[in-house]
Amino acid sequence: MTDTATHLTGEKARIGAPSIAGFTEEGENLSPLNAAASPIGGDASKAHSHGGGAGIPDSSRAGRKTSYNVEDFPVLTGREEDFRFTPLKRMGGLHKNELTGVAPALTVEGANVSTLETVAMTDARVGSAGIPEDRISANAWKHAAEAKIVTIPANSTGEQVTLTYTGTSLDAAASHMVVIAEANSESVVVIDHVGSAVLAQNIEFDIRQGAKLTVISLQAWAEDAIHASSHLAKVGKDAHLKHIAVTYGGNLVRMTPSAHFEGEGGEVELFGLYFADAGQHLEHRLFVDHATENCKSNVLYKGALQGKDAHTVWVGDVLIRKEAKGTNSYEANRNLVLTEGARADSVPNLEIETGLIDGAGHASTTGRFDDEHLFYLMSRGIDEKTARRLVVRGFLNEIVQQIRVPEIEERLAETIERELAATDN
Amino acid sequence: MSTLEIKDLHVSIETEQGNKEILKGVSLVIKTGETHAIMGPNGSGKSTLASTIAGHPRYIVTSGSITLDGADVLEMGVDERARAGMFLAMQYPVEVPGVSMTNFLRTAKTAIDGVAPKLRTWTKDVKTAMEALKIDAEFASRNVNEGFSGGEKKRVEILQLELFKPKFAILDETDSGLDVDALKVVSEGVNRAQEQNEMGTLLITHYTRILRYIKPDFVHVFVDGKIAEQGGAELADRLEEEGYDRFLNVPA
Repeated sequence: MTDTATHLTGEKARIGAPSIAGFTEEGENLSPLNAAASPIGGDASKAHSHGGGAGIPDSSRAGRKTSYNVEDFPVLTGREEDFRFTPLKRMGGLHKNELTGVAPALTVEGANVSTLETVAMTDARVGSAGIPEDRISANAWKHAAEAKIVTIPANSTGEQVTLTYTGTSLDAAASHMVVIAEANSESVVVIDHVGSAVLAQNIEFDIRQGAKLTVISLQAWAEDAIHASSHLAKVGKDAHLKHIAVTYGGNLVRMTPSAHFEGEGGEVELFGLYFADAGQHLEHRLFVDHATENCKSNVLYKGALQGKDAHTVWVGDVLIRKEAKGTNSYEANRNLVLTEGARADSVPNLEIETGLIDGAGHASTTGRFDDEHLFYLMSRGIDEKTARRLVVRGFLNEIVQQIRVPEIEERLAETIERELAATDN
Repeated sequence: MSTLEIKDLHVSIETEQGNKEILKGVSLVIKTGETHAIMGPNGSGKSTLASTIAGHPRYIVTSGSITLDGADVLEMGVDERARAGMFLAMQYPVEVPGVSMTNFLRTAKTAIDGVAPKLRTWTKDVKTAMEALKIDAEFASRNVNEGFSGGEKKRVEILQLELFKPKFAILDETDSGLDVDALKVVSEGVNRAQEQNEMGTLLITHYTRILRYIKPDFVHVFVDGKIAEQGGAELADRLEEEGYDRFLNVPA
């Protein structure tokens, strides 16, 4: 893990799957507290005055508080583990104020078989796939005036629906959406965020048995936007979620995608691409909760940074619970720092509570241009500027290639070109 | 005909203990059409010579010169050297994630020739060259060197050699890590390039086995940053039998 922009850290080797009782792996969090029937309790909880006395917020992700009630979360100070990188002063009050502004308008395109409903927050489907995992998410839950529900019918294939949030106001607002991918459906849901907004948002994804859902969430805001977005996914038996977060707009964006396995055979792929310019704070904190047997997860986030005080934060929590035998998991974050003055924080956290896994690993690198890449390309006659562009494009393309929606891939390619042109890279 | 001339070249690298001199006065003249083998024990400076000619920033030339038909190579940037007609087949080709082979080859060819190659003939040329080197067609869509085996990376270096048509090629231990079949395929590629383009070749190797397939006109033995002995192809045969011991056990 690295807290500085220029340090290169090596990859940690993947951890194999020896069936050894009392499995211990160097560097992994095998807190004896977690081995108990309940993760809550022990000395660690007493050591923390916050957290309501329950849970071990700073020692295990398993101990993190979840609640629908904002009052259950203590008022944020910025010292909390999950907010230590977030500049609360720039949050536009999303964590403490009444969120009474007008939420960005939602428009839908390409819905052929899927349906969009507007329901009250008391609808039974609201809260069916997730529980807020931090105070901002709970505050959004409290203040959302209504919920949108997108349903992709069972056994349908080929649906590709685009949901666009267009913000027109900087009054702090809340919104809620539930995406239900019914059993054995196969679909792509694009969630686009444009315009100006100060928004706390919850999006639940209920991916039912055998369903395959691809989510592409674009944070393409105007430069004054402030966005805290919690994506809560429940992944059913044999279900597959591919989630791609793309963030380059806004003044401050804090995304917390989390995925919880509810049945065997589930698979989650979490991809992310971010491009931070001067003054932007782009934060992605993700959580993969392996709570059942034989599930797979793969995480790859890549970011580029340029300009003074461009700041990105990536925290990847992967928790493999005692019950989650046969888990296969890997997470990686790679950052490319293009100019002086930018800062990338990257923290992979892997907690393993069982030795009976297929594999688990993590990696994090933060570096400047790789001089060896440049040398290789230039030794083939390619000038430095073209070589740099090739490398940056190449670096980010690994994620762009995952999108497989031509219009969005094109749009991102153009965005990357525009971003690079801004600093003459 | 072109001439690559290296005169009394001294090269250092920066280490934590200060500058360390690796090349201690190397002189060499290579003409197009000629094949020179540079042989020597590990650590004698063979690869340093290769990287210095290509312009790797790690190597600092403290004195001496490299010229290509009289033009000062040391004044040229890494990319300019390639455009001037020099090519380094690297010992450890790096992986460049996200840049496809197709895109890379075309971008490099365009840079070297100054004009984009005609799409139809270029695609055909790439395909033909890949087939000759027994490189699977799907490599074209893969990222540069990414996930390639050691042998595949070397084949791809020679693929570039054939496509870019340099005046001078420096092959830095291209034979290392190749099995006999791959060695043959790669050597044939080098020989084809030499026949077609009148290429001058500087072949750097530790072992003599590649010289069964690529016949050198001259053999230079490198020891401790200098050329210790020079001769024709017969010198390689002698090294095959005797090894480098007689160069290393210098009487006091």
